Amino acid sequence: MPNSPADPAGTGLDGLAGPDDLTGLDDLADLAVIGAGPAGTAAVNAAADLGLSCVLLDAGALPGGQFYRQPAPGLRAAEPQALHHHWPVFAGLLRRLERHRAAGRVRYLPGHHVWSVSGSAGQWRVHAVGGPEGDTALTVPARAVLCATGSHERQLPFPGWTLPGVVGAGGAQAMLKSGLVLPGRRVVVAGSGPLLLAVAVSLARAGAEVPLVAEASGYAGYARRPGALAANPGKLAEGAAHAAWLLRHRVRVRTRSAVVAAHGGDRVEAVTVARLDRDWRPVPGTGRTVACDALAVGHGLLPQLELALALGCRVRTLPDGSPALEVDAGQLTSVPGFWAAGESTGVGGAELALLEGELTARSVASALGRAQPGENPGRLRTLLRRRAALRGFAELMAERHRPGAGWADWLSADTEVCRCEEVTAQEVREAVDELGAGDVRTVKLLTRAGMGWCQGRMCGPAVARLAGGDSDPAGTRPLSCPVPMGLLAQGADD
Amino acid sequence: MSRDPLGLVSADPGPGFSFTFDGEPVPALPGQSIAAALWACGRQSWRRTRRTGRPRGVFCGMGVCFDCLVVVDGRPNVRACLAPAEPGLRVDGQEGTGHAELPR
Repeated sequence: MPNSPADPAGTGLDGLAGPDDLTGLDDLADLAVIGAGPAGTAAVNAAADLGLSCVLLDAGALPGGQFYRQPAPGLRAAEPQALHHHWPVFAGLLRRLERHRAAGRVRYLPGHHVWSVSGSAGQWRVHAVGGPEGDTALTVPARAVLCATGSHERQLPFPGWTLPGVVGAGGAQAMLKSGLVLPGRRVVVAGSGPLLLAVAVSLARAGAEVPLVAEASGYAGYARRPGALAANPGKLAEGAAHAAWLLRHRVRVRTRSAVVAAHGGDRVEAVTVARLDRDWRPVPGTGRTVACDALAVGHGLLPQLELALALGCRVRTLPDGSPALEVDAGQLTSVPGFWAAGESTGVGGAELALLEGELTARSVASALGRAQPGENPGRLRTLLRRRAALRGFAELMAERHRPGAGWADWLSADTEVCRCEEVTAQEVREAVDELGAGDVRTVKLLTRAGMGWCQGRMCGPAVARLAGGDSDPAGTRPLSCPVPMGLLAQGADD
Repeated sequence: MSRDPLGLVSADPGPGFSFTFDGEPVPALPGQSIAAALWACGRQSWRRTRRTGRPRGVFCGMGVCFDCLVVVDGRPNVRACLAPAEPGLRVDGQEGTGHAELPR
């Protein structure tokens, strides 16, 4: 049944109240949560249930993060669930969040980007910038901090990837979910990872023609780990449902294939799709041209770890080479008082993030002496069992979609690897082969690759691999987002 | 099957408005970003890079890559994928650093 126009998200509320006022934020909160995606929202709800005072900071204008990114309220979408899986779960989370806000247990600060966390357990200071111009400073003091900062897309360059109309697969999804727009009329979807099928279905349902989905790996490998599949029937059903929908709507899915070049003048007009060998090396003679006016491309997701890395949190490497925060059974990182949940502990999807958020809340409450560690043991057992099963599946996905070393054969000498500083593959290779650069940092110093606006978030995975590595850089950045110089000067004595 | 994103989610947006892009009027719906409005009218390309003057538009779509920069009411380096479209805005494509016309 369509939701009423006054309740576009179908939450059962009269629309979301605006941001909370900022008075009283100097009081020490029990828990500051960074990120209002699935993990952060689940954590703040569960923590408030346990009686903790919480502050929820989020860069976005609406809760949901990237996965549950909501259409802008002004668009008055009566059926946002058409673009979302498990929307009722999220609507339930929003209802609980609103109740906790109304009761004063949660302060929600949308439009606030956290750029640094200082202090230590029991006396953290969370520094954020907000306001329409991004120049209003805010510091939240808290006993415990949860890092639920999510992920961004891993990109690997190929000739033509900077052409307008070539967009991130997750980016196309985000623009569609929030602004109800498509990147083009005829959109090729390419790259690797389970997100691709979901993106292809969304784009096609929203009216785009999708001539082809090219997955660089295969799906067959999943069958070689029947244990992880049997433990996660829901995950398997989700993927199968996407595949079946695409088949029914005559969208071709080609595995072991990749877009190895995009062509066009001022925008993309066609792509070359080639067969790949097991290492993602293009098989000579297999390239063929597919006309399109947009390409949605991505090679998996990478956790956003800047805030945690700046504090010295320990990191592990997942089978796909992505870095993730090490956490204990209660989601506590190696830094006392600093917890992590969701994609920052390894990309694993929304269902896992929700469980981890709830586990975090229990762990924080018992650390602060506000709850017994083993309270509600039945629920705890369920959470731990489901987390183990979903983590197992996440590791399997990471292994199956690990970028093959042969991707670098897609590059031509003049392919720009660093989009910001316009540094070509040849320049990076000269730094590596002739000047002996063996890591991202040295390549950056020699070529400026990774020194621009995005701080290496787009080119880092490629540069690390061109420099001889086989994993993604766990890049430390002193600030996790751009901060006006004046605010940094103000904070110097903080 | 619905043929457009608005139909898919049964959207009933408030009244549309327009802003200008490089002097041309661009229609927008309440809540859309500048980039979303530009996509909706078929524009993908609106920036030229600093070194080689190559065309760019939205890439990451979530504020990370800074490829979609525009000049809004004379202020350069605004991420079009994040900045909301508003009635009467003057938006221009960004050439290089966006500071070319500023006095040195």
